[in-house]
Amino acid sequence: MKRRDFLRTGSAIIVSFAFDGAFSRTMPAQTSDLGKPVDPREVDSFLAIHPDGSVTIYTSKVDVGTGLRIAISQMVAEELEIPVARVTVIEGDTAITPNHGGTGGSTGIPQGGVELRRAAATARQALLKLGAQPGANIGALLGGKRLNLKVDPNAPLKDPKTYTIVGKPILRPDVPDKCTGRNVYVQDHSLPGMLHGRVIHPPSIGAKLMAVDESSIQKIPGARVVRIQNFLGVVAPDEWAALRASKELKVTWTDEQGLPGSENLDRHVRESAPDRDETIVNKGDPAAALPSTAKQLSALYVWPIQSHASLGPSCAVADVRAEGTTIWSATQGPHGMRANFSRIFGIPEDKLRVIFLDGSGSYGGNGNDDAAADALLLSRAVGKPVRVQWAREDEHAWDPKGPPQVLEIRGGLDNDNRIAAWETHMWLPMNIQGNRPLVSVDAAGIMQPHGQGAGLMSQNGDPPYAATNVRVVVHYLKGTPLRPSNLRAPGKVANVFAVESFTDELAAAAGIDAVEFRLGGLTDPRALDVIKRAAEMIGWEGRPSPNRRTNGNVLTGRGFAYARYKQAENYVAIAMEVAVDRTTGKINVRRIACVHDGGLIVNPDGLRNQIEGSILQTLGRALHEEVKFDKSHVTSVDWASYPILSFPEVPSLDVALIDRPSLPPLGAGEASTAPVAAALANAVFDATGVRLRRVPLRLEAPLKA
Amino acid sequence: MPNFKLRVNGRATTVESWDPAQPLLYVLRNSLGLHGPKFGCGLGQCGACTVLIDGKATRSCITSVKQAQGHAITTIEGLGSPEKPDPVQAAFIAEQAAQCGYCTNGMIMTAKSFLRQTPHPTAAQVKQGLGRNLCRCATYTRILAAVLRAAKV
Ligand code: FES
Ligand code: FES
Repeated sequence: MKRRDFLRTGSAIIVSFAFDGAFSRTMPAQTSDLGKPVDPREVDSFLAIHPDGSVTIYTSKVDVGTGLRIAISQMVAEELEIPVARVTVIEGDTAITPNHGGTGGSTGIPQGGVELRRAAATARQALLKLGAQPGANIGALLGGKRLNLKVDPNAPLKDPKTYTIVGKPILRPDVPDKCTGRNVYVQDHSLPGMLHGRVIHPPSIGAKLMAVDESSIQKIPGARVVRIQNFLGVVAPDEWAALRASKELKVTWTDEQGLPGSENLDRHVRESAPDRDETIVNKGDPAAALPSTAKQLSALYVWPIQSHASLGPSCAVADVRAEGTTIWSATQGPHGMRANFSRIFGIPEDKLRVIFLDGSGSYGGNGNDDAAADALLLSRAVGKPVRVQWAREDEHAWDPKGPPQVLEIRGGLDNDNRIAAWETHMWLPMNIQGNRPLVSVDAAGIMQPHGQGAGLMSQNGDPPYAATNVRVVVHYLKGTPLRPSNLRAPGKVANVFAVESFTDELAAAAGIDAVEFRLGGLTDPRALDVIKRAAEMIGWEGRPSPNRRTNGNVLTGRGFAYARYKQAENYVAIAMEVAVDRTTGKINVRRIACVHDGGLIVNPDGLRNQIEGSILQTLGRALHEEVKFDKSHVTSVDWASYPILSFPEVPSLDVALIDRPSLPPLGAGEASTAPVAAALANAVFDATGVRLRRVPLRLEAPLKA
Repeated sequence: MPNFKLRVNGRATTVESWDPAQPLLYVLRNSLGLHGPKFGCGLGQCGACTVLIDGKATRSCITSVKQAQGHAITTIEGLGSPEKPDPVQAAFIAEQAAQCGYCTNGMIMTAKSFLRQTPHPTAAQVKQGLGRNLCRCATYTRILAAVLRAAKV
C-alpha cells in the first residue's frame, strides 16, 4: 500500500484525535459521540500516535493497583520501539476506550495486553511501510493522521530475544503520585455543586422501610432525605453533614430473619437446596477402586464467606442530566456497568458515560458498582451531581462476598504409595446468567437482572499428580447466603487448599516426605522446577510429617503446596515455615518461599509486587478472615470483627520468578493465592500433628504434648 | 458558622465548620482540598487518614477540627511532591511500596513520625511501629523495605 492510500479513507482524510485534552474526563455530560473510534477491530481505537511521537493507549482494562498500566505500556512501547515514557494510558472510559472486556480473572495482561500488543504490531507494520527508521519520530511520519487500519491478528511480533523494554523492572508511573497525595482517586473527585450522599442500609437484609422521621435531622444543615420505596439515602452539601444525617435519621424497618447464620455454615451449605450435580473430571472409577486400595483417607474442608474488605469503602460520583448521565467509578467493568445501568435505569447507552478513576484496591468486584447505583439514584432524585462513599460498616456488611465452599475428598494409595483413587465432592452456588443484583436497585423496586456468579469456581478440584482413578463432582446449589461475587482466585483458593491439604495427608499416611511425594506424581518439567526451587529456597529437609522435634513450648514445622492455576496456567510452589506456641496455640508464620512461573515476564518488579501482595493477603484470609452473620445481618462490620493480616504478622518472604520469554504472558493477580492456605495448614500439621481443615485456621490451645 | 484557625503545612488558615466535632479529615479534604489523607474506617482502626499533628502521627478521622485548632498540622502534600519527594516518600517510590495506594498516606505519615522517635529501627521495630496501619493489598514487605531504606539516608 502506498503512503497516500494508506492515509486516505474514501474521500476524507481522517485527522488524528491528536490531543487527549479534547476528552475531558472530569467534565460531566460529555456523553455524545466524541469522534474517537472505539471499535475493538480498529487500531485507532486502542492507540493514538501523536505528532510529537508520544502515544496514548486506550483500554477497557483498568489498573486496580496491580501495575497493569506500566505493563501494557511496556508491551506497546516494545512493539512500537519507542521509550516507555512516551506512552500514557487511558483506562475504562466508555466514551473513548474500546471495549475489550472488563478486568478480572487475571486477564489484564494475557488478554488485554496481548490485544494491545497486536494493535501496536499492526501499527508498526504500517509505520514501516511509511519508511519508519529506528529511533525516528513515528508521529511525524503520520503527521497527526489516524492509521485507519484493522487490527491484524497475524501482524508479526518482535522476537522476544530482541526485547529491550518488556522484561525490565520499569517503575510504575502512579507510585510517585500515590506517595505524595497527588493521585486522584474516585474518592477525591468532585464537581461544582456536588452534594455528598450516604445510603442508609437496613439493619436486616431485605427489610422494608416502615417510617422515616425527617424531623430527626432538621438541625443538620442542608441535609435532605431521599426515599424511593425501600431505598433510603440522605444528601447534604457537606460530607460530615451527610454522614451525621445518615446516623441520626430516625427510621423504622421491618425485621427480617432470612439468613442461616454463620455458625455451622458448612452444614447449611451441604443441606441447601441442590440445583444439579455435575461430574467435571471423570477418569476410571474411583468409587470402585477405593475399597481395594492399600491406604484410604477421607476429609472435609471448609472455606468461609470472605469479604473484599477494601481499605477504602466503595465510592462513586454520578451526575444525571437531561443531556446525559456521567458516572465516575473505580468499577472493574466500566463497559459492563454502562450496559447494565442503561437497561436498569432506562438511559440509552449513548447518553450514559462511565469513567474509571482509581479506587481503593478491589479483588474481583467489591461494592463499587453498588455505590455507583446509589449515586445515580440520588443524583436523579435531587437533580445535582452526587458523591457517595460507603461507611466502613456498609463495606463490610454489604459488599458482595466470596461464597462459602465445602469440599469432601476421599482417596486411596496403592502398595507403592501412588494415588490409586481420588474423589472430590464440592458444593458451590450455581451460576445464574445475568448481572449481579445491586442492593439499592432492589430496594428502590426497580427491575434488574438477578444473576448469580462468583467466577470459575470449580477448577483445581482434582490433584495435579498422577492418579489412576479420579472423579470431581460439583453439587450446584440454588443459592448462597450472602450476595456472591468473584473474590481473588475464586473457587481455586479453597479447592487448592483442600486438594493440597489432602495430598499432604496422603503423604503423611504413606510416611513419605511431602515434597518427594509430590515430585513422584509429576512429570511436567515446569512443575518439577518450581517445586524443587521452592524447597531449596526454604532449605527443605526431607522427612515425613509431623516433625518430632520440639523446642520447649515452641513447635516448628514446614509445609508445602503446589498448584498449576486452573490446571492450565501459572505454576506456583510455596513453602512455609511456622512456629506454634503450644500454650497459646498462636500460629506464627516465620518464612515463606514462592516460585512462580507465569510464562513471559513483562515487568518483573510489578509481577513480584503482585505475588507478594497476593501471598500475604491470602495468609490473612487463611488465618483470620470469616464473615460472621446472624439471622438478619452481617455482624463482622469493622476491622476489629473482621481482622486481616496485620503488619506485625508479616513473615520474611522470598519470591523467585521463572521467565519463559518464548511463551505467552499469563496473569499474576491470582495464581499465587491458591497454594497459600494449604502450605500453612501443612506447616501447622508438621509442627503440631494437628490437621486444620477449616479456614480460618486456628488451633485449640493448649496443645497436647 | 464557627471559625477554626488551623496551621496546615506551614500556612495559617481559617476554616468554617458548622459542627466543632467535625473530624479534621473532612475539613482537610473538603474545605482545604488536601486529598492525601483518606477515609478508610472513621473508627481509628486502619490509619488511612493519618496526618502529623505537632509532628506526631494522628488519625484525623477521630480528631475533631476543634481539637486540631492551634496545632501544627502536616499532611502528606506538605512533605514533598512527585518532583521533590521527602526522604520517606522517596524511599516508598524507590521500593515501589504501593499497589492501590489507598493506605500509602497513612503508612508514610506514620513512618515519618515513627522514624523521628526511632531513627535506626530494626525490621521488627518497624513492623510494630506501623503495626496499627492496615494494607489490604498487603504490600507490607515493600513498606517495610521502604521504611528501613528511609532510615538509612
Ligand atoms: S480512616 Fe482513620 S483510622 Fe481508618
Ligand atoms: S496498597 Fe492497597 S491498601 Fe495498601
